[in-house]
Amino acid sequence: MKLDARIPSGPLASKWTQLLSDLKLVNPANKRKHTVIVVGTGLAGGAAAAALGELGYRVEAFCYQDSARRAHSIAAQGGINAAKNYQNDGDTVYRLFFDTVKGGDFRSREANVYRLAELSMAIIDQAVAQGVPFAREYGGYLANRSFGGAQVSRTFYARGQTGQQLLLGAYSSLAAQVAAGTVKLHPRVEMLDLVVIGGRARGIVVRDLVSGAISSHVGDAVLVCTGGYSNVFFLSTNAKGCNATAIWRAHKRGATFANPCYTQIHPTCIPQSGDYQSKLTLMSESLRNDGRVWVSAKVGDERAPGEIPESERDYVLERLYPSYGNLAPRDVSSRAAKRVCDEGRGVGPGRRGVYLDFAESIARLGVEVIRERYGNLFEMYEKITGENPYTVPMRIYPAPHYTMGGLWVDYYLMSNIPGLFVLGEANFSDHGANRLGASALMQGLADGYFVIPYTLSEYLARTKLEKTSTEAVEFRDAERLVGETTARLLGVNGSRTVDSLHRELGMIMLEKCGMSRTREGLNEAIAAIQGLREQFWKTVRIPTGSKVNQELEKAGRVADYFELAELMCLDAREREESCGGHFREEYQTAEGEALRNDADFCNVAVWEWTGDPSKPTRHIEALEFETVKLATRSYK
Amino acid sequence: MRLTLHIWRQSGPADKGRFATYELDDVNTHMSFLEMLDVLNQELIERGEDPVVFEHDCREGICGCCGFVIDGVPHGGQRGSTVCQLHMRHFSDGDELFLEPFRAKGFPVIKDLMVDRNAFDRIIQAGGFISVRAGSAPDANAIPIAKDQVEHAMDFAECIGCGACVASCPNGAAMLFVSAKIAHLGLLPQGQPERDARALAMVEAMEREAFGACTNFRACEATCPKEISISGIARMNKDWRRALLRGGTAVSGKRR
Repeated sequence: MKLDARIPSGPLASKWTQLLSDLKLVNPANKRKHTVIVVGTGLAGGAAAAALGELGYRVEAFCYQDSARRAHSIAAQGGINAAKNYQNDGDTVYRLFFDTVKGGDFRSREANVYRLAELSMAIIDQAVAQGVPFAREYGGYLANRSFGGAQVSRTFYARGQTGQQLLLGAYSSLAAQVAAGTVKLHPRVEMLDLVVIGGRARGIVVRDLVSGAISSHVGDAVLVCTGGYSNVFFLSTNAKGCNATAIWRAHKRGATFANPCYTQIHPTCIPQSGDYQSKLTLMSESLRNDGRVWVSAKVGDERAPGEIPESERDYVLERLYPSYGNLAPRDVSSRAAKRVCDEGRGVGPGRRGVYLDFAESIARLGVEVIRERYGNLFEMYEKITGENPYTVPMRIYPAPHYTMGGLWVDYYLMSNIPGLFVLGEANFSDHGANRLGASALMQGLADGYFVIPYTLSEYLARTKLEKTSTEAVEFRDAERLVGETTARLLGVNGSRTVDSLHRELGMIMLEKCGMSRTREGLNEAIAAIQGLREQFWKTVRIPTGSKVNQELEKAGRVADYFELAELMCLDAREREESCGGHFREEYQTAEGEALRNDADFCNVAVWEWTGDPSKPTRHIEALEFETVKLATRSYK
Repeated sequence: MRLTLHIWRQSGPADKGRFATYELDDVNTHMSFLEMLDVLNQELIERGEDPVVFEHDCREGICGCCGFVIDGVPHGGQRGSTVCQLHMRHFSDGDELFLEPFRAKGFPVIKDLMVDRNAFDRIIQAGGFISVRAGSAPDANAIPIAKDQVEHAMDFAECIGCGACVASCPNGAAMLFVSAKIAHLGLLPQGQPERDARALAMVEAMEREAFGACTNFRACEATCPKEISISGIARMNKDWRRALLRGGTAVSGKRR
């Protein structure tokens, strides 16, 4: 398989600007003749649909929620990075680029990341112009906060609801385009297949979640912007409806899947409280600006936090990583928390938790300052746990949060299927093996507002597309396949609910393919997943007889997780090194830090579907670093 | 703890609907309200019955998907909270609860506790935006905005679009929702060029939908999960009147 990342030649800093000058454009009058399908209306999809509508393309936008305003980007709390250097603290495009490459443990593409850093500033400008009420200082200028993995303060925020405000900004631009007649929205619809004609992506098959009807939509290009797959773990910080179905079905139509094992387990989530639990709630990383992570120095300490004197506390991150302290990156912080819990020093029920303590900051800054910075997060914590974090330290524990892996794309964000573009978390391209905080919003919006409008025009202007319609045999076949899968799921009529099977899958994944992995454990996981997948197709029970069928929706998604989960384990097994969020116990330094193997694994693992979920083919895209020198990542 | 739930079951818009009663024997107090319904649904599926349809997604109180009425109160009455953020520790053993969908003419029932809130999107599409093409914005710091003012705008921008304001209003009015957007954008300098057109267009769109009008009951702000103030409604009325007096037109956004 030929994998050409199509990275422009020339020096790193001018690749993108040079490309912009060289791109072929679509004449304004011709844009309205092109239909572009956008699946997902989060930051990437919403921004793309709005920006393409503004250019005059005919956009068909699809989302499973009842409104385009609800995608899970909305739940991002802490902020968005941009190399504005408004703080005069030494930030540059290069520094943001370097921090992101280093944060990703040198497993991302230099050129993509540099472009992301370059575009970061325009995103902030765009958002402010849309009316996003970012926090300001008293002089009226924009405020910043610090985030993990950086020594400059470059994160813009709107209270603890940055994702909400950015998404509502994109949604409002999208609404303007609906009014202008360029965008048509299709809410409560789920993409169930990709249609490829003559080797090019030409449309999708969807199910209407209210009427149950299956229908096809034709386009000149398909943009999949459907987010990540953390819900494979059942318990994650994702919304309940987040799913991998769109990318997985595209994968089964030939789109390659890159680095599926790169998942991010976020350090600051509210610990699980019972086996009925339906999801985990994230507490923004921004809390680590003022909260200190600690546990008792003693194993099995039963005392309440207030009864443990300073001298008997272990401020884990400050001790291990003095130069970054509590702002060590997510993968590093999560593993540190897991390690102390494994030692028996965890806190709270089941000893799976560490304290995040604000007492020192409250004493230094006053309770009002802390309330202004984090009030809504503290309230959320109290609603869920019934504990008051102003007086009792928060308890936190890592939880699956973000997936760096995703469909493979080239520099143009196009997959190996011409005409299929993948944006935002759904692609693999910018975060390597670990994503830094406040970078997901940046990537989604950069892809949507500022990359795809250009790279899509290049594709459309250079491609002669044959006319097609939903009557084409490929559409008919895809519709039939979707109908058959639905019928097969409904026909099992077994004894187990979708959730019970999904929970069991999640347990396997969390234990064997979560924060730390071993070859042996992954082999066990693969066997267990295969067995459970068989069980799923024999025993799942889905109620029939109604148009709105939330269990059927879940079942289709979980069926895909059963295949994707195995691919994640295969990828984790093949990658015989530790990097970022992928920690193989066999490969660690004497101090227990990740040990990369650049000689053999300085590459992207790109998986091709072969028809058998247990036997995919692994390809390689070598990562070439022209500017950055590969180094051992240190936050000490 | 033990709970008795009377849940509104309605198979579709054409069905009249009715309450069905369910008993739950072993509800853990740490559960969220939606997790309690998950448990009920698992039991119903295992018994071969149709599970209760309710809308939810993020379960963190921000996406605005969830929302139904518990004992007459949208989202169940915990101040500043969606129903997904409500936990069972606020209930007592033996409680009997009535669960209904949001009741409003503007929100037709789709099934059980799920309603159609598309009217909200149509109102936003009428003018709830600032027309700015990607790429045309000036530097973000080019427009200083007083801290208090941006915080005030944020108080309105926080609206999650759940529709509890409509469901709690005896008139089924959507004015808190509509005014939140008008106030958010109207309080910012970037929102000024389209301020008149926005107020006229959004009010016009609101009146086209099946919503009533505000008569100052203030039930909306009491149930709003984001505690948005009805001062926004005063602001909306002012903007609308001002726009009329200035002879504005309800056209905004770039038409092609």
